[in-house]
Amino acid sequence: MSFKTAARETLQDAQLRRNIGKATTLIREKRLRAVAELPDWERLRDAGEAIKASAMATLPEQLERLEAAVTAAGGTVHWARDGAEANAIVASIAKRVGTDEVIKVKSLATDEIELNEALEAEGIHALETDLAELIVQLNPDDKQSHILVPAIHRNRAEIRALFEQTIARGQSLGNEASAIAEAARLHLRNKFLTVPMAVSGANFGIAETGTIGVVESEGNGRMCLTLPRVLVTLMGIEKVLPSWQDLEVFLQLLPRSSTAERMNPYTSLWTGVTPDDGPREFHLILLDGGRTQVLEDEVGRAALHCIRCSACLNVCPVYERVGGQAYESVYPGPIGAILTPQLRGLDAAPSLPWASTLCGACYEVCPVKIDIPSILIHLRGRVVREEQSKLTPEALAMKGMAAAFATRRRYEAAQRLARLGRGPLAKAAIPGWTAMRDLPEPPKETFRDWWKRERGEG
Amino acid sequence: MRVALFITCFNDTLFPGAGKAVVTLLERLGCEVDFPLEQTCCGQMHVNSGYGHEAEGLHERFARVFGGYDAIVSPSASCTAHVRERVESIGGKVFELTEFLVDRLGVTDVGASFPHRVTFHPTCHSLRLLDVGDRPLRLLREVRGIDLVELEGARECCGFGGTFAVKNADTSMAMLSDKVRHVLDTRAEVCASADTSCLMHIGGALSRGRTGVRTMHIAEILAAQE
Repeated sequence: MSFKTAARETLQDAQLRRNIGKATTLIREKRLRAVAELPDWERLRDAGEAIKASAMATLPEQLERLEAAVTAAGGTVHWARDGAEANAIVASIAKRVGTDEVIKVKSLATDEIELNEALEAEGIHALETDLAELIVQLNPDDKQSHILVPAIHRNRAEIRALFEQTIARGQSLGNEASAIAEAARLHLRNKFLTVPMAVSGANFGIAETGTIGVVESEGNGRMCLTLPRVLVTLMGIEKVLPSWQDLEVFLQLLPRSSTAERMNPYTSLWTGVTPDDGPREFHLILLDGGRTQVLEDEVGRAALHCIRCSACLNVCPVYERVGGQAYESVYPGPIGAILTPQLRGLDAAPSLPWASTLCGACYEVCPVKIDIPSILIHLRGRVVREEQSKLTPEALAMKGMAAAFATRRRYEAAQRLARLGRGPLAKAAIPGWTAMRDLPEPPKETFRDWWKRERGEG
Repeated sequence: MRVALFITCFNDTLFPGAGKAVVTLLERLGCEVDFPLEQTCCGQMHVNSGYGHEAEGLHERFARVFGGYDAIVSPSASCTAHVRERVESIGGKVFELTEFLVDRLGVTDVGASFPHRVTFHPTCHSLRLLDVGDRPLRLLREVRGIDLVELEGARECCGFGGTFAVKNADTSMAMLSDKVRHVLDTRAEVCASADTSCLMHIGGALSRGRTGVRTMHIAEILAAQE
């Protein structure tokens, strides 16, 4: 489905629009305050951008260092070219452990490769422990719509009703947020104590020390990372940071950009396995999943710098109206519009680079300064070049206009046509425009005709 | 000072009033205005729509036509930002109107008089690509008789985005309806801006809704002596 069609559907849902509008407005204002507290915010952004760029420029070396350090610390490193390989690795570990259930701390990479579905097909249930992920998982008809707050499109009353029907087994929960959260807590606690295997994502993998980092707000992640006997972490290869010191930058940039907090409540860092503490077995799966292909595009590759903070979603006026589901990807909003078509291939999501007005609000807030508007324009160019062999009506119109603008004589002739509402562009554009907006009355004379009349050809 | 007017194809064809106002205003401030008739289009529409290769000739043409001038003034933040970034040899000499008035001519009181209630929509490209800041407001505040009222959600995109308004018309309208609601909330008679493209979009909805609110380019207010 194209973005336009998917968006038309989600735009019909007035409740969804209200829920998202309310949530993003709130977090936008909070983020501004949190960022304003740091006098060196712009320099932190520069540092974040520079660290990411250098990590990407030396990616093979960094990944090898990471592998060596993890292995030296008693972990096992697996390499997965694509989602299918990564899913098979997780399933085989679960089978060896002998469990039909794994607990998960929110990981976009696992959503990207549809790990839950793949495990289910092998008879293994993956239980989401992040509250918002759990909300989406409990409703078979629901889909996540935000990187950080997957259930942003749901309000409290909707969540209460869902919990009452599922995990609270018909019990009435009342309207207090704490009581609703308590239902989830009770549901999850038993799982933390009994399920022998956890699957996590990774916010950072530090090449220097082999340390993996996960930041989160609820502590459910901390439970997953410390209680089960076996821990499997799936990490996109772009998450590698060269040195421990780099954390200093990202642990400031990430929480303020994502939840508008000075520090996220839980930061878990672990290095391999430790005797008598935490998991007995640690596996790190390094996922390519199209990332090395993205690296080949000199402009588009900056999309890999993304630290999944979701600040761009929260300021995007398009995202605010249509919600995440219109992007039909685990990566919605402005970052999704540049990341999804690159990871999956442009032909899989050719309309996403146009899901933006190029207003620039996303670039303004990006903590690692990804120039999203420029990458959108670049990707539009790639789609157009691939489609050009088809010579679409739009391509013909654009060619025609470029030719018309090439000389003054042709330009003035085209102006006369345009003022009559004719010519290729007018024909293509006018129906979509006038369905909902008036067009201005065409002026009696163009500016240049006025100038020539007043001042001559000079 | 001798300046060249870069009118933009959009204003030339559809909104000549903005260009005439720039001429009136700059001449009142003592500038000698020239309009190179060989100018056509800066290529922004092609680049932003993914047809960057079609725009290369237009960039060269722009550099050729305007190469002989020291200062080029345009009533479009969007097109100014485009040539500044894409036409290396000459982009640095192109100024958006309010930048030129405040930074180059050093004036904020341009001798205008416009006794009406006005709200101002600062377009995305003037805010984020050009960083014009409060220059337009500083100019408007000096206008005699004006009742300048703040626009809620001013920094948010109106949903025009060039071909976005047609390609994603439903989403564009959802954004526009919020912008229009904020404009109506101000009870202004006029919604002004530094880009007529956004104004065509906002004005299209104001007209369809029979609201009676007019849209005007900021140059038209600064040129006014009512």
